[in-house]
Amino acid sequence: MNSRKLIIALAGNPNSGKTTIFNNLTGAHQKVGNWSGVTVEKKEGVITRHGYELTIIDLPGTYSLTPFSIEEIVARNFVLDAHPDVVIDIIDASNLERSLYLATQLREIDCKVLFALNMADMAKSRGVKIHADKLSELLDVPVVFTVGNKNEGMDALLKKAIELAENTRQTPEGRKVHYSPDIETAVADLQNFIHQVLPEKLPYSERWTAVKLIEDDKIVHERILSLSGDHQQALEAQIRLARQYITDRFDDDPEIIMTDERYGFIAGIVKEAVTASARQRVDISRNIDLVLTNRFIGFPIFILFIWGMFQLTFSVGKYPQEWITACVHALSAALEMHLPDSLFKDLLLNGVIAGVGSVIVFLPNILILFFCISLFEDTGYMARTAFLMDKIMHAIGLHGKSFIPMLMGFGCNVPAIMATRTLESEKDRILTILITPFMSCSAKLPIYIVLAGTFFATRAGTVIFIIYLTGVVLSIITGRLLRTTLLKGLDAPFVMELPPYRIPMAKSVMIHMWERSKMFLKKMGNIILIGSIVIWTLSAFPRHIEYSRNYEAEIQNLQSRGALQMPGDAAARRTLEKETAAAMDDIKGQMQAEHVEKSYMGQLGKLLAPVFAPIGIDWRGSVALLSGFVAKEIVVSTLGILYVARGDNKTEALRTALASSDMTPLSAVSMLVFVLLYLPCLATIATIRRELRSWKWTAFSIGYSTSLAWVMAFLVYHGGRFLGF
Amino acid sequence: MKFMLLSDIKQGHKARIVRVGGSGALRRRIFEMGIIKGTEVYIEKYAPLKDPLELIVKGYHLSLRVEEAAQITVEPI
Repeated sequence: MNSRKLIIALAGNPNSGKTTIFNNLTGAHQKVGNWSGVTVEKKEGVITRHGYELTIIDLPGTYSLTPFSIEEIVARNFVLDAHPDVVIDIIDASNLERSLYLATQLREIDCKVLFALNMADMAKSRGVKIHADKLSELLDVPVVFTVGNKNEGMDALLKKAIELAENTRQTPEGRKVHYSPDIETAVADLQNFIHQVLPEKLPYSERWTAVKLIEDDKIVHERILSLSGDHQQALEAQIRLARQYITDRFDDDPEIIMTDERYGFIAGIVKEAVTASARQRVDISRNIDLVLTNRFIGFPIFILFIWGMFQLTFSVGKYPQEWITACVHALSAALEMHLPDSLFKDLLLNGVIAGVGSVIVFLPNILILFFCISLFEDTGYMARTAFLMDKIMHAIGLHGKSFIPMLMGFGCNVPAIMATRTLESEKDRILTILITPFMSCSAKLPIYIVLAGTFFATRAGTVIFIIYLTGVVLSIITGRLLRTTLLKGLDAPFVMELPPYRIPMAKSVMIHMWERSKMFLKKMGNIILIGSIVIWTLSAFPRHIEYSRNYEAEIQNLQSRGALQMPGDAAARRTLEKETAAAMDDIKGQMQAEHVEKSYMGQLGKLLAPVFAPIGIDWRGSVALLSGFVAKEIVVSTLGILYVARGDNKTEALRTALASSDMTPLSAVSMLVFVLLYLPCLATIATIRRELRSWKWTAFSIGYSTSLAWVMAFLVYHGGRFLGF
Repeated sequence: MKFMLLSDIKQGHKARIVRVGGSGALRRRIFEMGIIKGTEVYIEKYAPLKDPLELIVKGYHLSLRVEEAAQITVEPI
């Protein structure tokens, strides 16, 4: 069957149940991407129904189509430029007046609109009865009742949408907002002028264009002016005239007056189409908020929830993490056994599997964290956390919603940066992503423990705490600095809805988790794989190293001597075997250290040594820091190799080795500061790049954090020396 | 009739909007969320740190920062 293709866009307020309806309609057939050029998520799904191939697009949830936020611009541009066959406006029945604001704006654009009156059952239980036929008649728009969370009315909605799309009748001119006579005069005059000077090539309807020009809509203004050619100045003058005409008569900006009149128009409709029996809302939601945003216990409960989320993500997540590690080890052990020694084997084992393996272990954390976050979001608690934290976050120039991503940064930056998707303003997202890496992640802790433990013994805890605190303080300073420079402008206004609490739907939580994990796994396939191979190449080449000593001969010598001199006495034999083994370890350790030293990685480290010298870090430290680019945990094991730590207990051994080296407590502090701040690990950089969709900002993040790290370490090192440490 | 700022209204009281001050996008956003002249608002609560505050307007719950509410003139009822 030759099926016809239709594009259906879903519009609606945030929290109107739009996503639920989208999930119901498309199920598993959805794909998540981004709207071109921006970080706003784009969801679409293709389904076949009633002989049609329907592409359903979930527009960003917005309260209006005035192009202030990126979401609004994206939603409006799609309706205007992509010409969807039908726009379904999801109207939250229990929030009719405000929902109708977006609806009237959609009506003003000449597109085919259909209303889905969602959750009317809930409105009814609150004593609000909506007469759909009346609403449909007053706005001249078809209305379908839906109950998203019970999956009711979906088929009727699609049927109606197809019917509307196939209807060739032009969208009716009547029943749009009518403004007061003075405004209508100004609109009509401008419309006439546009008709005369811009024939044929107008991208939008004449009336809508006139209305938007009077409202001083920057996007429409620019576009129309660019089309107007010779008439540009005349058009500008005409717009000014129309705006002035309204301003003189109403004593306020035209856009304000028109917003006011739209609400007046809505009030008229609501009056006729709604019968309400109870005014004040008495609902469970308000009672829940009596507890959750309570003056005294609101914060303790919030802290408890966050603590629970942290525990689940990082403590419970540790177990599946261990299983994954075990699987990776088993895989590489099996390959080790069965593959013949070759360069390819080395690449596969020490490059690909080791590199990807060190990142894939984050998968359980990501699954659990996003499970918690979607619970917070879907219940409506996320808005409350922003409500509670906004005062504190506002001081840094951020929105209350930035708190959760930043906090998760203490666990792992990868899920934390992905969690910034809950932020609506693009500037807030960029800023939050740039400062989250200063929240010291758990992978850095082993480094702190080794360095602070070695040089500060009993005061190690205090030193580590100060390091963490330094990260927080620098993130605040960075936040304020960027707010006044590169990301100038106020943080997003805190005009935020506190939606009623809802019971989350398992389906939507699952879809959310699956999407995030898919995104994460995809990343494994490219950037991390490439990065791991590069790092491996640096440490595995050159293949033939001119060792300063003949290790091979020494090892063989040791082995043969052991075999020759084996005494008959069992106890003496054991002692000798032990001695031989220790000597063997010693030689192998020294050989490994020299191998790393002479590899490209080591050469690079030595090359960079002059850069690190002013902050008190020698070439071994710089090689270790370089290796930390793959994952911060590796810094410790690289230090272990380079300082030739011997013994069964690696941490203890490394401490002994470090303590007897030329590293001083001061250079250890300098290194701690550097580790805290310098460039994030490969997985985090890949995530930053993905989430910001910009190499420029990613490069900025790397450059800024690393220079800050160097400057801070320099200040600490030389400040300390000046003070005589 | 005595006018006050929205940010000076105590928790649990009602007021009617008289004028929304300020400028630009923020002012327009406040309008678009339904806070327009003549609308009745109910101060549901202030956040534990006294900022932001929660209003009930047109049957839904909205939060505003105190600095934003300080631009809105109301008439207590």
